[in-house]
Amino acid sequence: MDLQEFRAKQLLSRYDIAIPPGALATTPDEAEAAATRLDAKTLFVKAQLHAGDRFAAGGIHTVPSPAAAKAAAAELLGRKLKTSQTSADGQTVKSVLIEAGVTAKRELYLAMRIDARAGSILLTAGDGGTGIEQRLASGAQELDTLALGINGERNAGDIAAFARRVGIAGDSTQGFHDIVRQVHRAFIELDASLIEINPLVLTGKGEFIAVDAKLTLDDNAAFRHPDFAGWGEEQDPDRIELRAARHNINFVPMDGDIGCIVNGAGLGLATLDMIIAAGGAPANFMDIRTTAKSQDIAQGIALVLDNPKVKVLLINVFGGGMQPCDTIVDGLGIAFRAHKRELPVVLRITGNNEELARLRLANFKLSKTECSDMWQAVTRAVAIARGGK
Amino acid sequence: MAILVDQNTRVLCQGMTGWAGTYHTNRMMQYGTKVVAGVTPGKGGKSHLDVPVFNTVADAMRETGANASAVFVPPAHAGAAMLEAIEAQMPLVVVVTERVPELDMIRVREALVGSRTRLIGPNSQGLLAPDVCQIGVMATDRSKRGHIGVISRSASLTSEIVSQLSGVGLGQSTTVGIGADPVHGIGFVDCLKLMFADPQTEGIVLIGEIGGTEEYEAARYLKDKGLTKPVVALVVGRGAPPQRRMGHAGAFAVHADEDVEGKIAALREARVEIAPSAHLVGATMRDAFKKRAA
Repeated sequence: MDLQEFRAKQLLSRYDIAIPPGALATTPDEAEAAATRLDAKTLFVKAQLHAGDRFAAGGIHTVPSPAAAKAAAAELLGRKLKTSQTSADGQTVKSVLIEAGVTAKRELYLAMRIDARAGSILLTAGDGGTGIEQRLASGAQELDTLALGINGERNAGDIAAFARRVGIAGDSTQGFHDIVRQVHRAFIELDASLIEINPLVLTGKGEFIAVDAKLTLDDNAAFRHPDFAGWGEEQDPDRIELRAARHNINFVPMDGDIGCIVNGAGLGLATLDMIIAAGGAPANFMDIRTTAKSQDIAQGIALVLDNPKVKVLLINVFGGGMQPCDTIVDGLGIAFRAHKRELPVVLRITGNNEELARLRLANFKLSKTECSDMWQAVTRAVAIARGGK
Repeated sequence: MAILVDQNTRVLCQGMTGWAGTYHTNRMMQYGTKVVAGVTPGKGGKSHLDVPVFNTVADAMRETGANASAVFVPPAHAGAAMLEAIEAQMPLVVVVTERVPELDMIRVREALVGSRTRLIGPNSQGLLAPDVCQIGVMATDRSKRGHIGVISRSASLTSEIVSQLSGVGLGQSTTVGIGADPVHGIGFVDCLKLMFADPQTEGIVLIGEIGGTEEYEAARYLKDKGLTKPVVALVVGRGAPPQRRMGHAGAFAVHADEDVEGKIAALREARVEIAPSAHLVGATMRDAFKKRAA
């Protein structure tokens, strides 16, 4: 779950990480009132999205007065903002964060994430600020890394050596050590997969302040954090990916006209590859998780049927021990009965309980073509989508 | 001989008395796997599916000589179950549970360092040595005993490929799902080492996908080692939708070079035969043998 900036900062401040004074606003008037209270020479008006790289997309305004903050909020609120990290449609700005400007002596980047390969938590730091993506991509800048364990940080010597490598020395060393410890504790206790602070501002007084922060929480650990429920959905609860996820289905919309119903991520990816190789265009990626019941599967299939671009459904299923074929066919039946849309269906259903699935299938009035291997099914679906018969 | 399991493998199931544990343990027993015990804290002393249930893994190992564990414990407690098995020095642990929190897996990985446990998963379909031993939840009806080792990250695609292999007359020595989660136990390279050392295995199929870096590690290992047995690889995800990326530099470090083309090029450089499409893996393996014979 990707949190919005104000949520991320709220959580980090629980761990004594300093953040700039600020307030959330959902209307221009609220923005003006918040800016007046802040009483600062420089103010930031920041669109709240579940995505980063907002600066380049015009999602962050720097203003000199409460009146200008109001105008900036009016310009941002309700607008669809597209950044390199949102979907192609962008995200609607529903709130803005009004913050007092902070004067930086130095801008740093500091992040922690899971290092899957090493099985540890990786601390990354270096020079920060805007444009870091471009500098890293071009090789103009590199970041330093340090692997951290889960039960407490590395010893003070390691952190001090790391601090020296990123150019922190003298009086700031203790403050840097503190922030590493605080972020590590937040990472563990919040079940984060990524905490990224950029910029982490070092002020003239030697304080570290998290001026922008990004926090991704591990969805698998959501059961440990019932108080965060719904935070990932407040921006756009109708997003199709989220609707599918509620039914144990991984779904990603695409631009084509072949609706894909597949169990398992590997088979789902293989199906997309084959469709493209056969000259077709998938309308979506689908991975029905093994935990999905037939009602869930029906909901997932309904998402595909809702898409007006879809000309044909391609069902590619290999039933396993956890999810036999008949469960998926039952889902198909429920979806078609409820949806009433007539679409040609090409099926390749094999594996556990395939005979039972075939018996059930015989009861549905579908315009269906059954294929015995998946390439045959793919080429058939591509031909139908192209208007052939 | 298969890898990791044989006729003497004695399996205990952690979380056997739950719904999923009961259903899949029963399937494994019907397949012929020697299931000797269940472990459910608080249910020790009872019997379930005609085998004794113990409170702890250590008790069950001592009393029954179990030397492998299948973990069906729900996500909230799966991490603790794995740690318990590692502490009891269980030689092989296969974790089927999906959606285990990542930090719990970091704890497990720390516990695995220097331990005698080999852990497979989580989010794995398990391990199958056809006609010998099934520890997991995979479809079994298309598998056939033979000489091909299959290593994969995804359950249903593995079933498909096993079906293709059997279809061209190539049975399997062992199929292993290393698990679909980023933080997991043994990886591609560990499995490759075991399969090269296994006399029953004469050819290896590696099923990779977009994301992660293990295919590169496998390619590096194979290039250094040289292929003493034919290896066929499929890497899926060329047509995957570009995913929304969260986080910049962190994400850069994670995502650099995780693309399909790069993986295919690296594997090809290690002289691995690349299956041109997911439906041609069986045929590619068959042809690889023909080429060797010629």
